[in-house]
Amino acid sequence: MDFVQNFPAASILLCLFAGIISSGLKKKAARRVNTILILIVAFLSTCTLLYTMRTGEAFVYVMGRFPAPWGNEIRAGVLGPLVALFFCVIMLLSLEGGRKKLADEVEEEKTFLYYVLMDLLLASLLALIYTNDLFTAYVFVEINTIAACGLIMIRQNGRTIEAAARYMIMSLLGSGLLLMGICMLYDMTGHLLMSNIREQVIYLYAAGEYRIPLLVTIALMSVGLAIKSALFPFHAWLPDAYGYSTVSSAAILSSLVSKGYILLLIKIIYRVIGFDVFYNSRIIDVLFAFGLMGMIFGSFSAIRENDVRRMIAFSSVAQIGYIYMGIGMGTQAGMTASVFHILSHAATKSLLFIAAIGLTDVSGGSRKLVELTGAAYRNKWAGAAFTVGSLSMVGVPLFSGFISKLLFSQAAVQNGTKMLPALIVLGVSTILNAIYFMKTVIRIYTPVESGKYESISFNKMKLYCLTLVFFVVLNVILGVSSQPIVDLIEQGLVMFS
Amino acid sequence: MSRLKPDKEYEKTGAFHFFRWLSGSKDPYVGEVEMQPQKELQTQESTILERMNETQMLRDKVYDVENNKILTLFHKIYVAAAIVFCIALVGLLLYTVSFLPRIGNSANPDNNIVSERYIEKGLQETGALNIVSGMILTYRAFDTFGETNVLFIATCCVMILLMVDDAILKKQEDKDDRRFEPKNDVILQGTAFVLCPIIFIFGIYVILNGHLSPGGGFSGGAILGAGLILYTSAFGFKKTQRFFNELIYKIAKITALCMYGIIGSYFYIMGANGFDNHIPLGIPGHILSGGIILPIDICVGLEVACTMYAFYALFRRGGL
Repeated sequence: MDFVQNFPAASILLCLFAGIISSGLKKKAARRVNTILILIVAFLSTCTLLYTMRTGEAFVYVMGRFPAPWGNEIRAGVLGPLVALFFCVIMLLSLEGGRKKLADEVEEEKTFLYYVLMDLLLASLLALIYTNDLFTAYVFVEINTIAACGLIMIRQNGRTIEAAARYMIMSLLGSGLLLMGICMLYDMTGHLLMSNIREQVIYLYAAGEYRIPLLVTIALMSVGLAIKSALFPFHAWLPDAYGYSTVSSAAILSSLVSKGYILLLIKIIYRVIGFDVFYNSRIIDVLFAFGLMGMIFGSFSAIRENDVRRMIAFSSVAQIGYIYMGIGMGTQAGMTASVFHILSHAATKSLLFIAAIGLTDVSGGSRKLVELTGAAYRNKWAGAAFTVGSLSMVGVPLFSGFISKLLFSQAAVQNGTKMLPALIVLGVSTILNAIYFMKTVIRIYTPVESGKYESISFNKMKLYCLTLVFFVVLNVILGVSSQPIVDLIEQGLVMFS
Repeated sequence: MSRLKPDKEYEKTGAFHFFRWLSGSKDPYVGEVEMQPQKELQTQESTILERMNETQMLRDKVYDVENNKILTLFHKIYVAAAIVFCIALVGLLLYTVSFLPRIGNSANPDNNIVSERYIEKGLQETGALNIVSGMILTYRAFDTFGETNVLFIATCCVMILLMVDDAILKKQEDKDDRRFEPKNDVILQGTAFVLCPIIFIFGIYVILNGHLSPGGGFSGGAILGAGLILYTSAFGFKKTQRFFNELIYKIAKITALCMYGIIGSYFYIMGANGFDNHIPLGIPGHILSGGIILPIDICVGLEVACTMYAFYALFRRGGL
């Protein structure tokens, strides 16, 4: 066995250790541990990615002395390390961008807890990406849920506490449904390891046994994870949670936490239930329909919103709708588009959140769109970054959003029955996106008599500007040289099953 | 200069005032329109009540839930829909369960190679008489490490929500603690005096015998935590802090979790790379047996006891 194969397990364990040790440290030390941890995990993921690209096949790592159906195991292909590397980059940039705001909004004695939560959140995301065992996945889903609640409520005011309570109730409902699904699956197959369950499910499906429980299990798992990732009818918790929490939390919640659950769902589709069984269950059509509805209604809510943070939050509902639409198409191309959109949306949405905070800061802290008039002249860097993010969301070439829309429409054209609704809704949603994002961009570039609010210079926010530049570069890389990444995703999805 | 008017009448005229001001004998503004120190605003009880009434009336008008027909209708539909949804979900799940295999049937899918190996080779491979302990702490040790971290992160979140760091607020909390309950209750103290040592010893017994008999880290830790809570509610925080304060809590928690992590990582990585891990399994049935189960049980027990006590203390007065 090669030494590199230890890296996925090591990165999960390192995150857990860092979290435990940080709980005894002061604020600054905890921050340093967190930054070093993210860099190390990014390095380990890169090594794993290069290794799997070279060998061309996924490897299985046994956690302990006992092999698979008896002990735990994790499994890494190309997709896992790629997403892990990407998540690390986004997490580091979001934390750097929101560092100043964090110091303002969180009590100083409790700041170290923020980094503890962040370490454990990274651990749970990595575990969700790498695990090959359904019960391990459930345990880390729990850690993820509790950490996300903590991230929302660490900024202590009435609205965040309410948002956290709402998030917790909805999210626990999702976890409960997922757990019920896992229990039923265990009852039918007698296994918790993903590969073994899949063998049994294929056998059961061929033999025609347990038709109804299998259908209900698929439904419970899909709905449970859809609630947790804020698919359209289950998105009630989202605007408050993203709109009022401190900005790094909002960026990380929207770009990483919900995406972790979607990746788990994709993993369940491929590795637990099997793509054919899932496709034939018709649950996939329900996901497709919800995705389409989310694309329209999420955008409508965003247009009606008058608060810039909540507007960006509602835009997430629409973008999650895109991802589920891709899953719902039931083709390899649709799934590739979905995974690419997971990356693209993560890069763009965190950029928008971080840029929006720069704009509101030069408008007297007000988040109302009226007050933001001319904000891009007062904070030029944030204005430019917000424009880039908006263009990417709308789907202008050169930026990552264009590629994901292109992939979605290519996938839709290949699909016979779902082509028409997918293409129509894609078009309508793009126009709606353009309405609310361009409205904001025009507003922040509308000249206003100077004097009401002060403008901020580059010297006062070097780190923040640097973060924005990195985000924009990431976006352009995803948009310009997308082909290698799409190839990697396709290769990864083949290895996934 | 002669005067036409008598003195008394003259004093009322403007000319008299003007010449008096000109000569400087009297400034008409002095004592009349000077700045005076502001009187403190005293709100009367009645105005406060009035204002409160006004606010209340306004609120009643705005949130007039009972007379707002759309809102009441919405509420009714909401409740009805919630009930229908719950009944439908319960019905669906029960219907589904009726298709699942019956419990206790030997031909069930879950009686497969997995449970067979756990039962037949469990003792030999883990060295634990208690197969459940052997299963969760040796075969599936990674899951259990995750589960312990769930407890850890739950404490962190409760700390974010309830920890009081401000010195003044802390004093206030101390004062408010137990305001409506008797302090130094003799019956409670007497009972705790007898029970606490027994509970502690029993908790330690359950933890240390986790690999031999029913029990283990989670249950033993819960017993220890319950003992600590009983001691604190009987004798107060000051006496508990002599042996269990925030520093000791932090040290115990971090040491326990780190030890668990180190033992676990050693076990996973050695096992995965195919090396022998040199952990003796001992003779089954002896207290020093079971490989990694005994030390992990101790760590888990410490962590669980700390978590239980921390929850109690944080909910009661916002600090340890």
